[in-house]
Amino acid sequence: MNTTANYELRLYVAGETVKSLAAFANLKRICETHLAGQYRIEVIDLLKTPALAAGDQILAVPTLVRRLPEPIKKIIGDLSNEERVLVGLDVQPVKE
Amino acid sequence: MKKKRQPENASALPKAPTGIAGLDEVTGGGLPAGRPTLVCGSAGCGKTMLAMEFLVRGAAEFGDPGVFMMFEENAAELTANVRSLGFDLEKLVKENKILLDHVHIERSEIEETGEYDLEGLFIRLGHAIDSIGAKRVVLDTVEALFAGLPNHAILRAELRRLFRWLKQRGMTAVITGEKGEASITRYGLEEYVADCVITLDHRVTEQISTRRLRVLKYRGSAHGTNEYPFLIGERGISVLPITSLRLDHAAPAERLSTGIARLDEMLGGQGVFRGSSVLVSGAPGTGKSSIGAQFADAACRRGERALLFAYEESSPQILRNMRSIGMDLAPWLKKGLLQIHASRPALSGLEQHLVAMHDMVRAFRPTVVVVDPISNLTLEHSETQVMPTLMRLIDFLKQQQITSLFTSLTTGGSGTNAPEDSQVGVSSLMDTWLLLRNVEFNGERNRLIYVLKSRGMAHSNQVREFVLSDAGIELVDVYLGADRVLTGTARVAQAAHERSGAELRREDHERKLRQLAAKQKAIEAQIAALIAQGEAEAAEVKFAIAQESLQETTTQQNSAAMAQLRGGAKTALRSTRGKR
Repeated sequence: MNTTANYELRLYVAGETVKSLAAFANLKRICETHLAGQYRIEVIDLLKTPALAAGDQILAVPTLVRRLPEPIKKIIGDLSNEERVLVGLDVQPVKE
Repeated sequence: MKKKRQPENASALPKAPTGIAGLDEVTGGGLPAGRPTLVCGSAGCGKTMLAMEFLVRGAAEFGDPGVFMMFEENAAELTANVRSLGFDLEKLVKENKILLDHVHIERSEIEETGEYDLEGLFIRLGHAIDSIGAKRVVLDTVEALFAGLPNHAILRAELRRLFRWLKQRGMTAVITGEKGEASITRYGLEEYVADCVITLDHRVTEQISTRRLRVLKYRGSAHGTNEYPFLIGERGISVLPITSLRLDHAAPAERLSTGIARLDEMLGGQGVFRGSSVLVSGAPGTGKSSIGAQFADAACRRGERALLFAYEESSPQILRNMRSIGMDLAPWLKKGLLQIHASRPALSGLEQHLVAMHDMVRAFRPTVVVVDPISNLTLEHSETQVMPTLMRLIDFLKQQQITSLFTSLTTGGSGTNAPEDSQVGVSSLMDTWLLLRNVEFNGERNRLIYVLKSRGMAHSNQVREFVLSDAGIELVDVYLGADRVLTGTARVAQAAHERSGAELRREDHERKLRQLAAKQKAIEAQIAALIAQGEAEAAEVKFAIAQESLQETTTQQNSAAMAQLRGGAKTALRSTRGKR
């Protein structure tokens, strides 16, 4: 099925907005479904650590960054479209 | 919040000076403080330079720290690019006066799904502003976002929010935008930035490029509405607004020799004023360059520095040609009193030439500048373009108290066309206008010079013949005949003619004198003869008298003796007396 690669994901949000909460919930669900046990999610609130916005080239929030495996991929939005998230993360969907 | 400086006009819109030469004059003090300004134009027109200079000068000269958020170049590229303009970005960054932030956005890396906003950008910008206490912000160019983010509806909404937010934070912002086909900017940024819009333009006419700037809109402020040429030189951007020209340069009464004694004589006897501008116009081959070189030579002789801009001849050519009229410029070059800058006018646009002149004048600090000729500079340009540029140059020179001499080629070689055709129309900018003309007569062509105008001094109304020989430049009086002036051999012939006439008259006079003298001598001789004759006659008379008296005495003595002898002396004596 999937390679052995470990998915290191970072979700950038700006405060607990509707969008950021939705994004986190969506991400959690997608990862549990398709990447069970192979991922790690780190949520960064730019309101608390604004300096990171420049470092990781974040413009839009929410932004999901796939730091590993390389190359870096970015998915912006509330991740409501599961299919596109999987395309963006380059993950083969698990057939149900 | 702004300590902005408009004390004389407090009710007016507060403005943030850009420090860019000329732009503050066009905008009446700078960009609207605390508001966004849109700077748009096509690629390579200088948007980024303008934005950067605004920021750098703000930080370095006006104490306003600034954030430069770039979407296209990265910090290293930008630093390198502006270093060529003399801005030390690294130093300002180190001093926390400027913060560079490169927003990298790569379409291929981004997948979009669902709702989002650009709060990340806001946070990022806000953080940058707070970390150095910025007052100025540049977004260069925010339009790159349109390429990176597919959802333009969200982007537009967010940009609107961004500009509002910048305004709320009181940032004087410059937002650059690419010129669009039908609109001012490709993505219609002007919708959101309504306070001040500046368009930049980079036009190529007749293969020579010129940059132009125009303030399209400036809400709540008067501004120059014209298109102003600008240039990006070694000291940044320089806008050339004719409206900013001040006429307040000093007017020294000191006079400078033109290097031609007779010409000085024509100019009130002392030459031109220091710091004034002289135009020498004339047909081809009338000796304009020679006058220019002589002018520079005279300055060097006084120990002053002279700068010669040559747009027709190379430096060695000038040296050789001037040597042919007995003027050796080489020693001045060696001594460093003279600099010759020869270049082709088509090398660059007029503005670039102007900038080059500015730079050289500033570096060399001459007292005399000769431009030979300005007409070449104007060849590729329309008059409307040349006027303000030359005005600017002359003004600059005047303010530096530099005496300038411009030569200008008039069209047509016959010399019969009106001198007023002196193209460019620059004569009104000139204080002294010398006109050289060719006069063709008697099978030869001769040069004439006259002073068409010379402000502030009595100047000769006389036409002089202008003679170039291996002894240098000489002005000679022309002979004014009944219906024409005589020059060249005709003048020489006339002189000879008059000389021979005078000779004849003199001889005639002497002959008459001689005749008179001879006549007088004859009379004197006559007088002498008569006197001699008179004397002779007088002597004769004397002799006759003497003879007579002697005879009488003798007679008496004889009678007395006879009477004595005859006795009865008394009677005899009486009778003798009675006889007498």
